[in-house]
Amino acid sequence: MEISNTRIVPAPPAVVWGALNDPDVLKDCLPGCESIERLSEGEWRVVMAARVGPVAARFTGRMAMSEVVAPTSYTLSFDGQGGAAGFAKGEARVSLAPSGADETALTYVAKAQVGGKLAQIGSRLVDGVAAKMTDDFFTRFIQRRRPAAAAEVSGAEAGAGKAAARGAPGGGISWIRYAAIAAIVVVLIILYLRART
Amino acid sequence: MGANETGIIGQSVRRKEDARFLTGAGQYTDDVTLPNQTHAYFLRSPHAHAKIRSIDTSKAKAAPGVVAVYTGADLEGVNGLPCGWLITSVDGTPMKEPPHPVLAKGKVRYVGDHVALVVAETRSQAKDASELIEVDYDVLPAVVNPVDALKPGAPQIHDEAPGNKCYTWSIGDKAAVDAAFAKAAHVTKLDLVNNRLIPNAIEPRAAVASYSRADESYTLYVTSQNPHVERLLMTAFVLGLPEHKLRVIAPDVGGGFGSKIYLYAEETAMVWASKRVNRPIKWAAERSESFVSDAHGRDHVTHAELALDKDGKFLAMRVRTTAAMGAYLSTFASCIPTILYATLLAGQYTTPAIHCEVTAVFTNTAPVDAYRGAGRPEATYVVERIVREAGVEMGIAQDEIRRRNFIRSFPYQTPVALNYDIGDYDQTLAGANELADVKGFPARRAEAAKRGKLRGLGYASYIEACGLAPSNVAGALGARAGLFEAGQVRVHPTGSVTVFTGSHSHGQGHETTFAQIVASKLGIPIENVDIVHGDTGRVLFGMGTYGSRSLAVGGTAIVKALDKVVAKGKKIAAHLLEAAETDIEFEDGKFSVAGTDRSKTFGEIALTAYVPHNYPLDKLEPGLDETAFYDPTNFTYPAGTHICEVEIDPDTGVVDIAGFSACDDFGNIINPMIVEGQVHGGLAQGIGQALLESCVYDPESGQLLTGSYMDYAMPRADDMPSFKVSTRVTPCTHNPLGAKGCGEAGAIGSPAALMNAVLDALAPLGVKHLDMPASPQRVWHAIQSAKAAA
Repeated sequence: MEISNTRIVPAPPAVVWGALNDPDVLKDCLPGCESIERLSEGEWRVVMAARVGPVAARFTGRMAMSEVVAPTSYTLSFDGQGGAAGFAKGEARVSLAPSGADETALTYVAKAQVGGKLAQIGSRLVDGVAAKMTDDFFTRFIQRRRPAAAAEVSGAEAGAGKAAARGAPGGGISWIRYAAIAAIVVVLIILYLRART
Repeated sequence: MGANETGIIGQSVRRKEDARFLTGAGQYTDDVTLPNQTHAYFLRSPHAHAKIRSIDTSKAKAAPGVVAVYTGADLEGVNGLPCGWLITSVDGTPMKEPPHPVLAKGKVRYVGDHVALVVAETRSQAKDASELIEVDYDVLPAVVNPVDALKPGAPQIHDEAPGNKCYTWSIGDKAAVDAAFAKAAHVTKLDLVNNRLIPNAIEPRAAVASYSRADESYTLYVTSQNPHVERLLMTAFVLGLPEHKLRVIAPDVGGGFGSKIYLYAEETAMVWASKRVNRPIKWAAERSESFVSDAHGRDHVTHAELALDKDGKFLAMRVRTTAAMGAYLSTFASCIPTILYATLLAGQYTTPAIHCEVTAVFTNTAPVDAYRGAGRPEATYVVERIVREAGVEMGIAQDEIRRRNFIRSFPYQTPVALNYDIGDYDQTLAGANELADVKGFPARRAEAAKRGKLRGLGYASYIEACGLAPSNVAGALGARAGLFEAGQVRVHPTGSVTVFTGSHSHGQGHETTFAQIVASKLGIPIENVDIVHGDTGRVLFGMGTYGSRSLAVGGTAIVKALDKVVAKGKKIAAHLLEAAETDIEFEDGKFSVAGTDRSKTFGEIALTAYVPHNYPLDKLEPGLDETAFYDPTNFTYPAGTHICEVEIDPDTGVVDIAGFSACDDFGNIINPMIVEGQVHGGLAQGIGQALLESCVYDPESGQLLTGSYMDYAMPRADDMPSFKVSTRVTPCTHNPLGAKGCGEAGAIGSPAALMNAVLDALAPLGVKHLDMPASPQRVWHAIQSAKAAA
């Protein structure tokens, strides 16, 4: 199963790509990211703290990047161990495209999986945390780019995030994917960008 | 002894144990704190299926407060956990019994599988250290659904079980069934899923294990329903210890429902480790650990067919069931979907030919074993769902189609091995009809329709086989244990009594019910009787409590011991009263010479037994302390009819239970209040299964998605109606109490009654089928699908 979403960022693609490549920007925007360490070309070690309800975990993971077409797209894959909390893994295809005047549509298509206690903890909590993390990231990111426009854009995005997060209760797996997407997309995009600098 | 006996049998005596429980004076395993105690934490697999490439515990061992870290590789000489029931496949081969290691060896097979044991000074330190254990997993594809697990190309869970098949077993005369189907006027077919459930006792599993160098013995406090069985399995089969060197104590236990019958890895590893670290070790499961590691229940996929003649008489039934075992065989897993399931498919009916084939399958999930009712709710669900369907298809009223097929002549030999000793199914059906005011239902339905609501009525006429079990019968069917019970009545010199029973109370009120039996039989105040259970160091032996067996089997063992006490008392009285032993009568606590006013009280006899100054020492031993073992000659057969009435909001799919009535025959009843409480609890559990509960694993990753109370819907008080319950009595013919057992009945009858009511309510919309649980989402979708198809 795949999850996808598109965010509108109030800046042209080249600027957004640049910002996504600015480690300071990413570090400021990504909640919980503790360190990023380059292992080899296209591969990084990431440490990130996250809390989902009663489960607090520090994820240590590897991120790998492939299919990079600057400044329009790339694929990120992530595999992280959260100790007793479980694990998260998945991959996301991210692309940037112009959208109207001076705006960029940032689209991600992701599949992901969380396991162990994280999977067990419950969709409502994980949904909420995933949505909030994603929203926080984009809100901060957009604020960085164009502070005046932040409020209205983040409002619209928060709505989209909630809609995406609301999986069918008992039906399944959408929340897991969504949670992983949030973690993977946000964290890994950041890491990827950082690594390129 | 019968219900009519004078005294306190049949009285709703307030529970002796409640003062302790209600004032916080209960003593549960987690309340046990031993000097110099350490704490355990189990590192569990986050993967449903993976090879373990390596485990590095060095950092964990160096962490603050850590005493020891053990993995599967350390447990050399420790065997796997055993399965207590051998099932033989139709081809004559024994079931596949792959190793069930105490700590994983080379592979993990479900989320929650035990990978390492960390022992530390505090619980937090053990937990923190477990995060430092580096396990390199090679993740494998997982399969969680039993039907998927049988498909070609499914991930292979055990090398020893090709195709993930544990066994294919069958019962009944297939040729007779085929012949009956060939001449049937009508055949009803049904596909059913019996939803997987997670047991949720209020008290999670816990253990405290210790070792004494002084006498090389172990003591284990553990949340168990059968401490002697736990000791036997752990010492003889797993750890290779002398049985007398392990004392198992199951103190107050806060609910079991089957989940605390089994020998689990945790306490086994802890007993083993307690000698290595030479300090006591304590562990209590967190609730989220309970979700992944307690043995689950149900998880059947079934196809059933019922053949009927033109008058709606059942001619034959054909059932094919695929039953999940989970990743490993739990202690009694193999007998649940066979011996305790297929043998019940006759229900209350005279169906002359029945054939059932069961395929047991390994899946990448927690083990599946007995859960309140254990096989019998699954059987009742199949029978009562298909009987409803047949009635609807043939246009026969629900009570009428049942009546047309009731067994009325006893003893009755079913085509699936059981021999019912007694019952009166018309009586309980009539009783339930009355309780439920079935006559008034059409008016209630019409009134609900005016409000835009759908009203439905559903029946379930269940039977169960309880009082487990005649050991020779069980043995012939593959049991690797006896199923008798032991009781000991120790009369103290001053006439008070301590009873030691092999039954174990974890909510059933034995301390009261058993004391009522003793007080009544000996004619002494109930306050003078204490019941001791759950300690292999004090109780002579026991097979424990499950399968509604405590009163019928454990209670009977006590009665047999009481008979011996009275018999010896008569000898002593005969000596004191200078009369012939045969002339001594015992009644209301007095031994008297028949036809005279000469008598001795029970207290006088007790004192004489311990102060034998004037005593027939040449013929009789002093003391008054008698034991008895009782092995039943047959199962007991509680039965009854449950009627559920629901009202459904077609806009939201919400099912509201408008009424639930249960008329049960449990044989003679010692304490009606306790029986009613058992019925209420059972009904709530069965309604939970039918309306709310469902264990869901992610079909791809094998992750447990319903791993907390946010996603696993436990029933709450406001989900329940006010139950209407009543009883009818046909005393069991083969035990002196005439008792049948009542612990599981509620959970056995109610799921089918509720689902039949839901289907009845939805029938006008064209909904023909629904699997449990009848959640608003499922009901709403069923309504929409029916609308779309119309």
